[in-house]
Amino acid sequence: MKALSLRNLRKTYNNGFEALKGIDLDVEAGDFFALLGPNGAGKSSAIGIISSLVNPTSGSVSVFGHNLKTEREKAKSCIGLVPQEINFNQFDTVKAIVFNQAGYYGMPRKLALQRTEYCLKQMDLWDKRDSVSRRLSGGMKRRVMIARAMVHAPKLLILDEPTAGVDIEIRRAMWKLMKEVNEQGTTIILTTHYLEEAESLCRNIAIIDQGKIVENTDMASLLARLNLDHFVLDLAESVTAMPHLQGYHVEQISGKVLNVAVPKEAGLNQLFNQLSAQNIKVMSMKNKTNRLEQLFMDLIESKPVSANP
Amino acid sequence: MNHLIAFKTIVRKEIYRFLRIWPQTLLPPAITTALYFLIFGKLMGDRIGTINGATYMDYIVPGIILMSVISHAYSNVVSSFYSTKFQRNIEELLVAPVPNWVILAGYVSGGIARGLLVGVVVALISQIFTDIPVNNAMIAVSSAILTATVFALAGFINATLAESFDDISLIPNFVLTPLSYLGGVFYSVDMLPGIWQKISLGNPILYMINSFRYGLIGITDIDVQLAFAMTGGFILLLTLTSLILLHKGIGIKN
Repeated sequence: MKALSLRNLRKTYNNGFEALKGIDLDVEAGDFFALLGPNGAGKSSAIGIISSLVNPTSGSVSVFGHNLKTEREKAKSCIGLVPQEINFNQFDTVKAIVFNQAGYYGMPRKLALQRTEYCLKQMDLWDKRDSVSRRLSGGMKRRVMIARAMVHAPKLLILDEPTAGVDIEIRRAMWKLMKEVNEQGTTIILTTHYLEEAESLCRNIAIIDQGKIVENTDMASLLARLNLDHFVLDLAESVTAMPHLQGYHVEQISGKVLNVAVPKEAGLNQLFNQLSAQNIKVMSMKNKTNRLEQLFMDLIESKPVSANP
Repeated sequence: MNHLIAFKTIVRKEIYRFLRIWPQTLLPPAITTALYFLIFGKLMGDRIGTINGATYMDYIVPGIILMSVISHAYSNVVSSFYSTKFQRNIEELLVAPVPNWVILAGYVSGGIARGLLVGVVVALISQIFTDIPVNNAMIAVSSAILTATVFALAGFINATLAESFDDISLIPNFVLTPLSYLGGVFYSVDMLPGIWQKISLGNPILYMINSFRYGLIGITDIDVQLAFAMTGGFILLLTLTSLILLHKGIGIKN
């Protein structure tokens, strides 16, 4: 079952800007799907059309088999949206925001109250239910938007940069929450600029650039195409000359810091053998860049995925 | 999908909003109209005498009540819906399976509720100054509801098309207030010279005030049936315009 199907979706704005140039996309039910792309690539236009905030120029959107144009109410009932920016009434209480949303979905009062309580408890916001929303912290406001999007138990949850601007502790807590929601059967589409987030949460991925889908595959296959990892090595002692490491590209950042590009087929053992042979002691090591970030940059810069350093 | 629940949710939210800020929404009209009754009705009215057989105080009470209904039905919808657009929480409704007619009916009902509540407050204040007889309650109530509907719809269109807070104050200040004052609140059109009588007939508020005045004190310058027909026509026209704007997403989407 397809949770979402886009066919030849196009969007040209009144000023002539062509945001979407005929995209096709399928998301399977139960998936945790990443929709990535640089700013202005067309992500927000696509999300806006799917969630009825933007009118498409042409093409079709189908949500769990319901065409958004001909079966509008059924299609909309399947969707929950967590937008990029805070968009609730800042003068309403937390409970009123979530409860009213249940009302918009036609939920009877008793059930709406139960669902409101359930979602606020799940988001750890029940104690704040009577607080005026503008007094909440940034992280809490984000969680209010997730509770609001979840109140009608949508089958498809769209998270448009849900962790933008929140600190790492809240971000990790939200990742855990998103995983739990997905494990309970909700299909999730995530857009984010934190590629580490997409890499750790999502099973499938599409990358959109200049209004076109430039990549659409599963995360594992995409990452497997990256044949070069970059590592930063912290050395115990300074080296005066840059060490020669056969099969590896080395760059000296400072006396005690080396940047090493490691081809997948070469591996790390050979690297450490060579370093030991030259009496260079490594104290610690870390990935220079996130793996997906490297692929992402390659794809939107139209370079081969396995580009050399 | 139960649209009645969605409709009730919007109306409840709207009523709660204007009740929560009652010092801004209910108190000012009570004070302003008390001053109208005191200055125009009591102090000046005693020197003016009667108009079409009614004391000046009795003559101006229906007009002042309806003027308050008009202004508050309009301002409730224009400010609430524009704020909803401005804060982007209109997206809560656009994402949900709420048909456009339910969105329109919800906001307009909120405007009607505030208009009528303010009308009741002003009517109660008027009782301090005079005893207003009710000539035909059905005509009075229905003309107040229909008038509130017209201006709630107009407020909705203004809010939809507005791009700034300036845009939502232009119409009330430069169109609504002058038309209300020139709509026969304080005088009978019969008192105007010939050409001005004809020009006044182009003012829709004149018809609404006269039908309401007929409902309360049994005096009108205009045929009441014509007044109801015109008000109904305005409601139809403004409803269609609002629905077209919502359908096309003008001022709301993109």
